[in-house]
Amino acid sequence: MLKTEPNIPDPDGFYDELLRIHEGLSREESEALNARLVLVLANHIGDRAVLAEALEAAWG
Amino acid sequence: MVQARYKTAFTLYPYEKVPQQDAAPTRHPVLIVGGGPVGLALALDLGKRGTPALVLDDHEGAGLGSKAICFAKRTLDIAHRLGAARPMVEKGVTWNVGRVFAGEGQLFSFNLAPEGGQRHPAFINLQQPWFEKYLVDAIDAARAEGAPIEIRGANRVTGMARKGDHVALDVDTPDGPYRLEADWLVACDGARSPLRDMMGLDFEGRVFEDNFLIADVRMKADFPTERWFWFQPPFKDAGQSALLHKQPDDIWRIDFQLGWDIDRDLELQPDRIRARVDAMLSSQTGEVPDYELEWTSIYTFQCRRMKTFRHGPVLFAGDAAHQVSPFGARGANSGMQDAENLAWKLDLVLRGDAPATLLDSYAAEREFAADENILNSSRATDFMTPKSHASRVFRDAVLRLAGKHPFARPLVNSGRLSVPCTYDEFAGFGPDALPGGPAVTRPGAACPDAPVGNGFLLDHLAGDFMVLALGAVADGIASENPKVSILSVPEPDAALRARYLGEASGAVYLIRPDQHVVARWDRFDADALDAAMARAMGQV
Repeated sequence: MLKTEPNIPDPDGFYDELLRIHEGLSREESEALNARLVLVLANHIGDRAVLAEALEAAWG
Repeated sequence: MVQARYKTAFTLYPYEKVPQQDAAPTRHPVLIVGGGPVGLALALDLGKRGTPALVLDDHEGAGLGSKAICFAKRTLDIAHRLGAARPMVEKGVTWNVGRVFAGEGQLFSFNLAPEGGQRHPAFINLQQPWFEKYLVDAIDAARAEGAPIEIRGANRVTGMARKGDHVALDVDTPDGPYRLEADWLVACDGARSPLRDMMGLDFEGRVFEDNFLIADVRMKADFPTERWFWFQPPFKDAGQSALLHKQPDDIWRIDFQLGWDIDRDLELQPDRIRARVDAMLSSQTGEVPDYELEWTSIYTFQCRRMKTFRHGPVLFAGDAAHQVSPFGARGANSGMQDAENLAWKLDLVLRGDAPATLLDSYAAEREFAADENILNSSRATDFMTPKSHASRVFRDAVLRLAGKHPFARPLVNSGRLSVPCTYDEFAGFGPDALPGGPAVTRPGAACPDAPVGNGFLLDHLAGDFMVLALGAVADGIASENPKVSILSVPEPDAALRARYLGEASGAVYLIRPDQHVVARWDRFDADALDAAMARAMGQV
């Protein structure tokens, strides 16, 4: 089951770090970075059903 | 002559000529420049401890206009210890619920209502002039009982020089200049601190390129007492974000984020402001209610602090030492924590009970707190005003997801509201020798309130070092240290137990005069207690 309740400790710190890795990148470079990040995270999740739910949730 | 720099809302300390103006310079133990919330709280705290405090202010009362409006529970706890909180809470608007909107829709609401068992609410809204008035009232009451506090209005510091073991000041008054000396000088003279400039000290940080329009409007309206915040407001010309918040006396604070490239004079024209306010208010009720514009201004802000808050005998506190964006109410609230951190230390140093180096811990602790406040308010500002394409994409993604998915809500940032700083890992704290003890009361933390008997815990932490002995270890303990008194609660109630015991059956806490936890143990050990107290007082 996809977790949709808050699950990240220190959300502000995470968000800050997420934005910082984009600093200085062009729009295309940022998009490419985001794509790589999605793939890395998807592999970590691994569960095919959860990934399907995540794809659905992102559309919402 | 002392020219007014701004209008005052109330006259609180009218100018009176004093004999010292015609005498050789008098030496004062503590001279505080600036009679705002920080300077007044510091003077009150010192005076109640019996240490003389002289406040100089270049006006005769509280400045008019929109300044701090949001006072946090920790500030009320401090004011309570100083005998000033009751009228603040009575006059102030207590609020707990906030709503966050994006465009037309509500994303979510939050409730700050504390867990119960605490004297004060999470926040009150109160215009700063009232906050200052109640502090001055408390100073008057303390003086009537002998507290050595003096406030001199229309006394402007025009020059200062460090002279070995003291500071010499030139002061201008309506009757002409005179000179004063001080062992310790505390600059509470605001964001534009003239004393900081006179000393040529740094004040560096980040400028945020944004303009915010404030309109305080007076109206009878049925809006609930809640904080409403809009990202991308749907009403006309509201800018990138907007805020609606209630204050006492039927005044509502409205804030519009206008962006960087604006014509300030044009945007401040009443017709233009009214058009914006009309659009916002009618979007809620369908019609424009009757209202008056009480106060309007456009502000920009910076996040910055001085490199160090202590320069020998000169200490900086409040906005003079650090500035943050207003999101999170971390300006005046953190200034009050500066004052409470400094007061007991100055008092001990002046009595000869602690070395002057204890004041370095004031600087270190409050610089750390300023960094935490600057970090939080910078993050909020970056969320509200994305600075790059990538940050805008993520911000908009968070807003879109937050309406439907709870996980995204903690990422929405319209300001992280002020909480007291925990002085983790500082020299004057520890040990933490309470296995299973709650994190919220670890060494360095400000004591959370809890019911004790018919009152509250913080009522008992009245300004001295205290030992709090709870549960199984509370019976029959005694300290031979005359500087510390003991509060024993053998049978703590559920809230006190949850906040101070956790999984432990008993605990002994050593608590500083500013209600921060020094150390805690699972048993009473007089030697360990004395050692921890010596460290807290900077003696080792």
